[in-house]
Order: sequence, then structure tokens, then C-alpha cells
Amino acid sequence: MSARDKILAKLRAAPAQPLASPDASITTHYASLPRTAKDKLAQEFAEKITAWHAEVHTVPRSQWVDKARTIVADKGIATLLYAPATAHGKELAASGIAGLKAYDQPIEAWKQEMFDGIDAAITGTRGAIAETGTMILWPDADEPRLMSLVPPIHIALVDADAILPTLYDAITTQGWSKGLPTNALLVTGPSKTADIQQTLAYGAHGPKELIVLLLTGEAQ
Amino acid sequence: MTTQPMQFVPGSEFKRRAAEVVANPFLRKSFRGAMDFLIAKRAAQFPDPELLERQRTLAEEIRRYSLSRLPALLEQLEANLVKNGVKVHWAENPDEANAIILGICRQHDARLMVKGKSMVSEEVELNHAMDAAGIEALESDMGEYIVQLAGEKPSHIIMPAIHKTKQDIAKLFAEKVPGVSYTEDVDALIQVGRDVLRKKFMDADIGLSGVNFAVAETGSLCLVENEGNGRMCTTVPNVHIAITGIEKVVEKLEHVVPLYGLLTRSATGQAITTYFNVITGPRREGEKDGPREMHLVLVDNGRTQAYADEQLRQTLQCIRCGACMNHCPVYTRIGGHAYGTTYPGPIGEIISPHMMGLAATHVLPGASTLCGACGEVCPVKIPIPDLLIRLREEATHEAKPGHAPLVGQGAGKTTFASLAFKGFAFLYSRPALYRLFAWGATRFRFLTPSNQAGWTATRTPLKPAAKSLRDLLAERRIDERKSC
Ligand code: SF4
Repeated sequence: MSARDKILAKLRAAPAQPLASPDASITTHYASLPRTAKDKLAQEFAEKITAWHAEVHTVPRSQWVDKARTIVADKGIATLLYAPATAHGKELAASGIAGLKAYDQPIEAWKQEMFDGIDAAITGTRGAIAETGTMILWPDADEPRLMSLVPPIHIALVDADAILPTLYDAITTQGWSKGLPTNALLVTGPSKTADIQQTLAYGAHGPKELIVLLLTGEAQ
Repeated sequence: MTTQPMQFVPGSEFKRRAAEVVANPFLRKSFRGAMDFLIAKRAAQFPDPELLERQRTLAEEIRRYSLSRLPALLEQLEANLVKNGVKVHWAENPDEANAIILGICRQHDARLMVKGKSMVSEEVELNHAMDAAGIEALESDMGEYIVQLAGEKPSHIIMPAIHKTKQDIAKLFAEKVPGVSYTEDVDALIQVGRDVLRKKFMDADIGLSGVNFAVAETGSLCLVENEGNGRMCTTVPNVHIAITGIEKVVEKLEHVVPLYGLLTRSATGQAITTYFNVITGPRREGEKDGPREMHLVLVDNGRTQAYADEQLRQTLQCIRCGACMNHCPVYTRIGGHAYGTTYPGPIGEIISPHMMGLAATHVLPGASTLCGACGEVCPVKIPIPDLLIRLREEATHEAKPGHAPLVGQGAGKTTFASLAFKGFAFLYSRPALYRLFAWGATRFRFLTPSNQAGWTATRTPLKPAAKSLRDLLAERRIDERKSC
């Protein structure tokens, strides 16, 4: 008998305790909590993620590229990693911002450069969560996982209209269970640790800085 | 890097180690300070006791439901993981788990494994097994990295290096990390760790991680962290191996939400962690990063023993937040190392007997004042004090009829204790004899020795009262009659 079969047999031999699914309790619980009104979500998100040490810039949707250009100049970013096949990537490519580097080949081909030669990366998001000041990232073939992890600065675009009150709302209304990417991701601030004498330090292993461009106004 | 294998810890060893820490004012101070800090941070997250109670009830319901369907959920998880391209392995004990992981490493000629935080890997002594096979297994969580560099073990499940001051760490880095000079600046120290580990993430053949929640319905593994080292371990190396206990599975992603919210708030008083990863398989066609191969090792190691008993099964509801240890007056005074087990504090006292057997752990359920703080803060409402009492019973008695004996059942029984209790029962159930005993004990109280073996080492001697309760009551009755 394999270890698998032995473990399952032991579990099945234990007294059964049939219990009802907690689905209804979960729905009732979240329905009972106060909810932030739709027009306050962006503000709540911005306040919360700022408290998590992120830098937030609210910009009209049509002007984000210019804002990105200013940030790149102000922070002295010499190389900016971007995802060329995404809509925002195309806008960036057309912007003429200096030092753009496209993530267009598998990591194996340029690992060293990714770790040592990139100052910042810019990615989109699939929305955000107001309650905790959290961004939802949905990495895929076009916009890979390491972009929001390895470069010391992460710049993220958050659509103000795509902010939801809670994580529960995000998972249910965005239908996460129906199709997950290899690594769905919630990001709340830059990387941090308090492992040395409970003293908070940023930039443990991931980005030291998180810059959020909160896009408002009519879609283009 | 060598680590000590977890050894059999006899009762006297536990007491000796505990006494050592209690006598060390620096350790006492750092644990007290750290626990007060964590207690205050947690409390600030739960301003509304009524809401907290509702959240805990919901979390308990979810965990109990998941356990009630454990075998079915494990099969569902396996089927969906396989569909997602993940290889699933099962291990009954630490040796099997290590052999599986070693086998994967050998297939890839692996030299270097970077590890995200995983208490189950500590439980199976993975670092030791890798070391013996000539594979470097490097911890990458800052706290774990520090502890490994010092050749020690974590002293807390969430904050592994909580027993170390920044001066300790400054000294350690200056001694052990080439080219680093002494600094007490925490940002600079973290930068040292970051620089060392970045190179390792790049070079590692294997990334190992734990799992906080496994989702059966989607075949996903959820990882909770602040540092990003977990993401590095699960994204950069070509092979990702996740290891976890069989109890970590839940049915749906929606079931994770309430548990995650309580986990971070109970553990470190944070409303959320920096990162929450939902990993659903290795690199897909056309993707440019992520591991090309992914494995999950499901470990039993005594969990099926706890599962077999309806009361002890509640132990498996645990989501490893560490709140029970933060609030434990015993843990706060003796720290994590005295226990000699992977999981210290109240959770360790109730789970270690299943992992290591009662012969090695029978003193642990006794290392509690039964004040009840652990049970009160537990986010999934495990009745820890009840389980401690139950395990004390099992450690000193034969199994009850109809119950299978636990490993090491009755190992804590001593002739002296059982004689003393038998004598007490004999006396107490015979009123005439008891009265005679009380008469003698009160009259001859001056004869009680001032040296009473272990008791008087740290306490004043026990002495019978001048009058027995019975005498006092009798006197009171006479007084009352007089005053009427
Ligand atoms: S027993 Fe409860 S309080 Fe202790 S670690 Fe587990 S979940 Fe947390």
C-alpha cells in the first residue's frame, strides 16, 4: 500500500463528522459588514496603501504616461522594464521615455540583467481592494511574474473604477475560481520585514519602493 | 551549514532548559518585550469584541468543515493539482518526505536549494537531510536566515529570530558574512541579507516553500508573506517544491478569505501581508518566467493520529498564527527553545505529542497554567486548555476502552505519582479515615520537612493548616448558634 493510500485509509477509518458547508455563513457574514460607498473607494484605497508605505499619484487617465516620465526623471530611473504586448506597454513604447527595456524573452536568457541591471518595472493591475489598500496583479505571458518582484522600484497602474470594497468582493465578482493564472497576486506596499527586533525595514527581498498611479476620469 | 537534528527531549531536559531561560534576564526581557508588542498590535486589530467573536466562529466553522471532508478534499486537491501540471507526493513520516525531496533534487543534479518559510520543513528536519546529502539548503526568510547562520532553530513560528537582539545579529553578520563590518543599523543589516540572498535566488536549482492554504476546488496553493522571499523561491528557480501538512486543505478560494484575514491580524497585528500568492501550477506555454516543474509533498507525521479522535482532531484546525504562544505566560517566560520541539508554546504542546509520541513529549501538556489565554485568542477557536488536560490524562493513563492508544500512551506515568493519587483517593473516599488523617496532619504540622524535594527548590514549603476546613466550619456553626 502506498503512503497515499495508507494516509487516506487512516483518515477514512476515523469517525465521520458530517458538517454543512460554510458557504451560507460566509455570504451572510460579508453581507452584514458595513461597505464603503462606490464614490469613496478610490480615496479609501489611496489612504490605505499610502499607510502601507506606497507612494500614490492620482492622475487623469490620459496623462499617465507623462506622469510616468516625470517619475522616471525624478527617481533617476535609468532602465525601466515594461511589458510590450500590453495596452499600457504599447503606450509606453510610443512615449519615447529613455531607458525602456521590454520583457520580451524568457528569463533564462537574461536573468543576470534582470537582477542587476533593472532599476524599475511598470505593470498594470486587475483592480484593487479599498479595505486593505491592496492591488490585484494577474501576471501572464505578456506581463510576467518577476516584474513586480525583482526590480527595486515597482510602478503599478490602478484604474480607479476597478477598485472593489473587499477581497471577498474581488474573488467573487471577478470570478477568480473560474480561471486562475499560474500566480494570482495581492500586493500591499513594498516588500518589508520586522524580523530584526521587530523593527520595520523595507525592501527585504522584493521592491523597496512601490509607486501607484491611480488613474481617474473617462476611459480613452 | 549544519543544523542539529531534533532530539528526544526527556522531561528533565525540558525543565533544565526552561530553568536556564528563566534565569537569563536578557532573554526574559526580550521575550517579554516582543510578546507585549505582538499582543498590543493584535488587540489594535480587533477593537470590536462582538465582531471578533463572529469572525472566530466563522473561521472555526470553515476549518471544522474542511476537516470533516479531509480525505475527499485531499483527493480533489490532488486531482486538480495534477490537472494543473503539479506532481503530488505523499509522505507518512519525515524520512519519506525527505527522501521524496532528495529524489527530486537528484533528478535535477541540484546543488543549491533556496527555502521560503516552512515550518513543515523544520518539522521533518529537511535542512539536516539535505546537508547529509551534500545539498545546500539555504533559508531565505530574514529571521530564518539569521537563525540558520547562527546554527540555531527558530524560537517562534512567525518570528523565528525573536530571541535575538540587533546587537546579536550585528555580531553574527560581522563574523559569518564575508566582507561585512559590524553595524547595528537595522536597514543596513537587512540590506546585507538582501544582497547575499539575491545571488542565491538567481543561482538556486530548487525553490522550496511551505503552504498556508491549499485550495481543493482550483488546485491552488496560497502563500502569505511580507518579504517577497517566498515569491522568489516559487518563481525564480526552475523547480518549485511545496511541502505542507495534510490538514491545510480547504474546499474553495472563498473559504480562504476569512481565514487569511484572521491569520495576519492574529499573528502580527497586520490587516494584511505585503504579498498573498495564489499559485496554480508551473510555467504555462508561452510564459516567460516561473518554475518549469512543480511538486507538492503532503505530510502526515502524526496528523492522522490526531484526526482519529473527534476531540483531538480539533488540533488540526490550527492555521499557525502563533497568537497562542504570544499570549502564553509560560512561553513568554521560557521562550521557544526550551520546548525542544518544532512548534513551541500551546500549539506545540497539543500537536507535538502526535508528531513525536508521548514518550518524548509527555511533560509538554503540563507546561501550562491552564489560564485559558491561548484558547481565548485562537482565531479558529481550538479549545487548547481542554486538549492539554486530555493529553495529560493520556500521558499518565492507559487508553480508555474503545480508544486506540496514542503513540507513547501512558509514558508519563510514575510509580510515585500513581501511588500518591491512589492513596489520596483511598483516604478521600473514607470519611472516618480522612477525619483521622486531618486530625493528625493539623496537630503534627510542625513535623513537615522544610526540604520537600523539587517543590522547595523555588517555593516555600507546603505545610498543613493549623485547623482543617472541617474544624473551621464546625467552629463557625457553633459561633452562629451562639449569636442567634
Ligand atoms: S492553535 Fe490557534 S492560536 Fe495557536 S497557532 Fe494555531 S490557530 Fe494560532
